[in-house]
Amino acid sequence: MHERVAELARRALDEGLLDVAYAEVDSPIGLLAVAVTERGVVRLAFPGEPLDEVLGELASHVSPRILEAPARLDAPRRELDAYFAGRLREFSTPVDWSLSHGFLLAARRACAAIPYGEVRTYAELAGAAGSPRAVRAAGNAMARNPIPIIVPCHRVLRSGGGLGGYGGGLDVKRWLLGLERSDVSM
Amino acid sequence: MSVRLPPFQTLLDRHGDDVLAYLRAAVGRHDAEDCWQETMLAALRAYPGLRDGSNLRGWLLVIAHRKAIDLHRTSGRRPIAVGEPAEQIAAPVRPDPEPELWAAVRTLPGKQRAAVTLRFAADLDYRAIGNAIGCSEAAARQNVRAGLAAVRKEWRHA
Repeated sequence: MHERVAELARRALDEGLLDVAYAEVDSPIGLLAVAVTERGVVRLAFPGEPLDEVLGELASHVSPRILEAPARLDAPRRELDAYFAGRLREFSTPVDWSLSHGFLLAARRACAAIPYGEVRTYAELAGAAGSPRAVRAAGNAMARNPIPIIVPCHRVLRSGGGLGGYGGGLDVKRWLLGLERSDVSM
Repeated sequence: MSVRLPPFQTLLDRHGDDVLAYLRAAVGRHDAEDCWQETMLAALRAYPGLRDGSNLRGWLLVIAHRKAIDLHRTSGRRPIAVGEPAEQIAAPVRPDPEPELWAAVRTLPGKQRAAVTLRFAADLDYRAIGNAIGCSEAAARQNVRAGLAAVRKEWRHA
């Protein structure tokens, strides 16, 4: 059935009938699910997130034309591999923001601009997104970030240095911050 | 109100094998793969506009049925019957173990062939078969009965 689906995905792509392609991508923090549209990465799910729920949301909010198509995920997979190996500081794979709107979109775009290895507070992020008082909303935008790691919400902390929250679990947040700190490019 | 449709991949996972089994019975093993691709592409094209998501398996099988008809029309092939007791067909079995039997079914006239295949290779009920081939539930039942009788008769003469 895998071969058959791969062939179907190729033909569907040619005919403009593949709106969302997804695949599971192995990583040091577990098996991630990554979904792309023709515009870019639209969703990255942590190991704990049930795949059928992730795909169900994509079906409702993006398109139900969803196929498992690992070949379509080659570019983001390569970048994720390099990032986890400490060899990539900035993702160049395009992002599809269609799951983000209004202030959530502004906050996530501001987050995407935080450089590798640096951190910001939720208050700073709210300011960068144009609403300095919307600290709680900025926290929500990070908590429900549809594309973690690539949109680096792990770089946003509480004022005072507390870790805050993380969709993938605080251990993962700590691990990612450690990975970026240990990258010393001298 | 719009329907909440599952990801298309879920349809493939749940029903992809059934559609293939149906197509193997309807057009033979050789053409089934191509027909499966054509079926799923047509389904993908129509999927976002689908109004009723309550019987997605039946919906896929009806599309497969149309693709099988297209193939019969363009190829004009009528396979030759050889083989085993026709009684085996009366049970809803997977078609794979009895390729000769399904070859015999494929020699039936259009509506009987479609009705028998949808009933026993796809396990559709008579109402769904009627919808697929454009007749009443009773006529669908009659087509299955007549198709089975013809296959049995052919077997006795073989």
